[in-house]
Amino acid sequence: MPVVDVTFSALPAHVRTARLVALAVARRAGVNDDLLDEVRLAVGEACSRAVGVNGDHSPGSAVRMTLSDEQARFTVEVVDVGPLEAGAAEPDLDALSPEQLSAPDAGGNDVVPDLPPGFGLAVISGLVEEFSVSSDGDGTHVRMSWPVTGGVGGTET
Amino acid sequence: MDLSLSTRTEGDRTVVTVGGEIDVYTAPKLREQLIDLVSSGNYHLVVDMENVDFLDSTGLGVLVGGLKRVRAHEGSLRLVCTQERILKIFRITGLTKVFPIHATVDEALAATD
Repeated sequence: MPVVDVTFSALPAHVRTARLVALAVARRAGVNDDLLDEVRLAVGEACSRAVGVNGDHSPGSAVRMTLSDEQARFTVEVVDVGPLEAGAAEPDLDALSPEQLSAPDAGGNDVVPDLPPGFGLAVISGLVEEFSVSSDGDGTHVRMSWPVTGGVGGTET
Repeated sequence: MDLSLSTRTEGDRTVVTVGGEIDVYTAPKLREQLIDLVSSGNYHLVVDMENVDFLDSTGLGVLVGGLKRVRAHEGSLRLVCTQERILKIFRITGLTKVFPIHATVDEALAATD
């Protein structure tokens, strides 16, 4: 059962708010302090991506973040209204070439992003053990979860 | 907390001190600063991130963009960072291989390739 549901306009300024809310709820749910930086970064990546996707496909559509706490897991789901980037369902960090990414470039055209599409998802996959991405007619769902150890009713590690 | 930026010159290098959070909202400010520095002929940059408390892939992209630009002028971009939570994203993405990362600004200023 969702405990906190946040819907926000697809604007970069709101991503910080989403991170702060997720962090507060994770702490309250009993996610170990050692994992909170990971929660903050992963939620930030998922929300930044969703803001970008909605901005490209449907700027008026909101991003939805659902935070739930059940079966000793804290789960975050971020939903946008656009398609998944090609190849991003199974992000592969090893496929990224750091040397190639940072090849000299005078950068005349600022519209070209400095990192490939799907990079944020790749970061989440490198960070979070329990992570999945799915796409349906409504959009893309990014789901990730962490163990709850300190909350009331939480399991011992 | 927003992003704070300040720059100073040390010999042939420019130190950019960044504080606060570098994310999808604030990263454009840093991008603009790095582009301005490179356009005005500063090709050896030291980005001091000791006071940064959040960095995501958007921020990483801006640093990579800065690195590409200085490299186009045979320049360098060195980072100063000892915080594990910030270093983690560099490690996961393999970008520790392309950015020289130093423990102090003095060490970065003294470094040569």
